[in-house]
Amino acid sequence: MSTDNPITDMHLDVLKEIGNIGAAHAATSLSQLLGRKIDMHVPNVRLVSFDEMFEMAGGSEKIVAGIYLRIEGDLSGSMFFVLPIDNANHFIRRLIGDSSFDFSQNPLPEMGVSAMQELGNILSGSYLSALSDFTGLNIYPTVPSLSVDMVGAIVSFGLIEVSQYSDEVIVINTRLHEEDEDGSSSVDGHFFLLPDPPSYLTIFRSLGVL
Amino acid sequence: MTALTSVVRVGIADLNIVREPNTIRTSGLGSCVGVVLYDEKKKIAGLLHVMLPDSSLGKSDKLNMAKFADTGIYALMEALKAEGVRPLSLKAKIAGGAQMFQFGSSDTIRIGPRNVEAVKKELGRLSIPIVAEDTGGSSGRTIEFDPATSILNIRTVNAGTHEI
Repeated sequence: MSTDNPITDMHLDVLKEIGNIGAAHAATSLSQLLGRKIDMHVPNVRLVSFDEMFEMAGGSEKIVAGIYLRIEGDLSGSMFFVLPIDNANHFIRRLIGDSSFDFSQNPLPEMGVSAMQELGNILSGSYLSALSDFTGLNIYPTVPSLSVDMVGAIVSFGLIEVSQYSDEVIVINTRLHEEDEDGSSSVDGHFFLLPDPPSYLTIFRSLGVL
Repeated sequence: MTALTSVVRVGIADLNIVREPNTIRTSGLGSCVGVVLYDEKKKIAGLLHVMLPDSSLGKSDKLNMAKFADTGIYALMEALKAEGVRPLSLKAKIAGGAQMFQFGSSDTIRIGPRNVEAVKKELGRLSIPIVAEDTGGSSGRTIEFDPATSILNIRTVNAGTHEI
């Protein structure tokens, strides 16, 4: 099935359920890591153009900390966890107990990079193991890699596969959110799961909607 | 009084053209390559945001010419010809083709350098000289070209701003 074939609302609902289950587990992991409550928003599943995908992540030029990993096995695709840079700073400062830490430094401080990659490991691991349990598919994530750069530069890397098939991509987008007592948000991250087009069929079949 | 100028924006896998006093811009180039073709005398330029090296990689019936280096550069040259530019007067400046991550699937590994090679090969085939380039590395780039001065401004997150 390519994206040239119609993707129905039912298909999108199934993908939304995947986002729901995966991100719920990731939110729980993050809560445990931080010892604070993390809210998860209802996932948003859309077929969008590449430029619209960048808008979903904050706009092509916005500087973010982006964790990227590939998924292999029965299912292939790309996964991103994208945090605005001030959120990433806030998070890492709290995690490593160093209030001077800053991702704007060049080269990136090694301690923060490791901590951020570990965050990526924990969050994507819990997301993907939930996805694997739900679908019964074998899924193997690669080790996550971190880049602090513009959204367009980071996310386009995960669109290379899809771009060979289509000018649009199915994005399973889930937002994690934490508010401090004063109402300011300290964590506002997005998970983006981008299955490769040949895997759409695999997902739908595993869940009995094809 | 200064004339109001505007910035023409080019998305990913997209192309457009611009005349002075306006400028043309594309943002967030990672492994993608921005190709500027310009006519110094006529003060007109085109910008292409290439995503993949070769149209033979396309697995869809619909072809978006601006997505690939080979078809995109050809399409941009045709668009400039339609504006009265002679292909022999065209010059090129290119930027992008970074390696943002050190791993990927077999198709995405080295995609940045492969895009740069494909762009150079196609420009060579069309005998369009490359006047300046800022390619490779591991940083994203936002680029803006001014057809009045033929200067390409390049902004990166980690290495600041410079002009070629």
